[in-house]
Amino acid sequence: MDIDVKKVAMLARIRLTDSEADELGPQLGNILGYIEKLSEVNTDGIAPTAHPHDAAMPLRANVVTNSNRRDALQAIAPRVESGLYVVPKVIE
Amino acid sequence: MSWEVVIGLEVHVQINTATKAFCGCSTEFGSEPNTQTCPVCLGMPGQLPVLNGLAAEKTILTGLAINAGINLESKFDRKNYFYPDLPKGYQISQFAVPLVEGGYLDIPGKDGGEKRIGITRIHMEEDAGKSMHEGLDGVSHIDLNRSGVPLMEIVSEPDMRSADEAIAYLKQLHQLIVFLDVSGANMEMGQFRCDANVSVHQPGTPFGTRAELKNLNSFRFIKQAIEYEVNRQIELIEDGGEVVQETRLYDSAMGESRSMRSKEEAHDYRYFPEPDLPPLRVTQQQVDQIRAGMPELPGQLRHRFEREYGLSSYDADVLTQTRALADWYESLVAAHPSDPKRCANWLANELLGRLKELGKEIEHSPVSAHRLAGMLDRIADNTISGKIAKDVLDAMLASDADADAIIEAKGLKQVSDSGAIDAIIEAVMAANPDQLAGYRAGKEKLMGFFVGQVMKASKGQANPGMVNQRLTVLLKG
Repeated sequence: MDIDVKKVAMLARIRLTDSEADELGPQLGNILGYIEKLSEVNTDGIAPTAHPHDAAMPLRANVVTNSNRRDALQAIAPRVESGLYVVPKVIE
Repeated sequence: MSWEVVIGLEVHVQINTATKAFCGCSTEFGSEPNTQTCPVCLGMPGQLPVLNGLAAEKTILTGLAINAGINLESKFDRKNYFYPDLPKGYQISQFAVPLVEGGYLDIPGKDGGEKRIGITRIHMEEDAGKSMHEGLDGVSHIDLNRSGVPLMEIVSEPDMRSADEAIAYLKQLHQLIVFLDVSGANMEMGQFRCDANVSVHQPGTPFGTRAELKNLNSFRFIKQAIEYEVNRQIELIEDGGEVVQETRLYDSAMGESRSMRSKEEAHDYRYFPEPDLPPLRVTQQQVDQIRAGMPELPGQLRHRFEREYGLSSYDADVLTQTRALADWYESLVAAHPSDPKRCANWLANELLGRLKELGKEIEHSPVSAHRLAGMLDRIADNTISGKIAKDVLDAMLASDADADAIIEAKGLKQVSDSGAIDAIIEAVMAANPDQLAGYRAGKEKLMGFFVGQVMKASKGQANPGMVNQRLTVLLKG
């Protein structure tokens, strides 16, 4: 299976050298080719599996349970200013 | 060449739950940045989302109100993209099987008829945080209080054929959302946001390539942006060019849009099923229960107001803009049942205008329905004229006093005693012999002059009906 490794890497924000891309291409192709075998199974009349557990979703009550833990949560942020996370400029 | 415009709209509505879609953080607007976050909505590893049940209920309620089908089993998916205000690197959304599918809204159409706009689906998802760029050098600031706030995305069919139709649909949808109390729907606060897909084609030929307009946060800008885009595409095609599928950002200050090409590259969202959430299952019984709790909808209310209170369709429309206003009107009618139309006039034409000047919504009116009804009673029994009543209303807005107290204190009681009115008329006639002679010589237009003078001399307190009647008699001499 032929894969545009560079595009996949770009979408995943992973920087690859050309040689890494050349090496990973066939590996990813093998994995997908292996998964592709599943399409040989006859699934007529079988409902798609949405989730491995056949459980309905538990729901949360609409009640505030979290208080302000900004200081603790921001302790691991690389850069913070006046309570805001600071990131490299992202707008064009 | 005649071009047909084709518009489809995607509306993101913030659901007004107290807590976020998948965690117990508050959704309160305007708090200190990043004080309403937790490991779940910050996208920390190992955290699991749990759906807010009320957000699902409100989405179902909205679906029922647009006559849509409810999928008793719906699924969540991950929409993957990178942006710093999306801490997980994906948004939990519904792609393959949304909660709501296949509904419609009827908007006012041409020739007084109705036009049906199809609604493809409503799916649930979570909001991203907020990025700030202005005045910052080389960096952006991120506030994640909004991250994880529940949204419903309402996707229409490409059924609108003009900017005006798009606006009519949006206004109708906005009003419905407010009535259902599923969102604050405040556009300035980003609680009701619109993206527009716009294309043009020759009637009878396939649809043209569409451009997606983003960042539309007021009805006025949406109309401007769509009209700008329609002209841009027509000019482009007529000049031999071709419309490319792209996302365009409308700049309301410049009155033009520009392409967001970089966004195109990232447009590959690679949806896949959200493994952290099993399917959302609801029973038909739950859906029926939600349907049973459905409030009266704007259209039903409008028709009832016309039928029950004899209002014009215009007044009925004005008074059903919000549930609170409609309720206020009905309290007013309950307190002044003799004349529902008078109630409508004073509420729609007088009180609402004054409240607007004060920057207040009807919910916060300093004059209660009961107090206003007290004043309408005095108009009904001819204690004051409509003209004087406007001054009384002003005084009521400025104090807690009721109409009777103000009329008494300011001596505003209408003069309906014919002897007193005759005396004023005699004095006015004596003071204006030339006009009197003119009137008697056939200048009947001078009647207005005398009415004005008499009303002025009585400080507006003379009963206008009686003034007219007595003047007709006395001027003839």
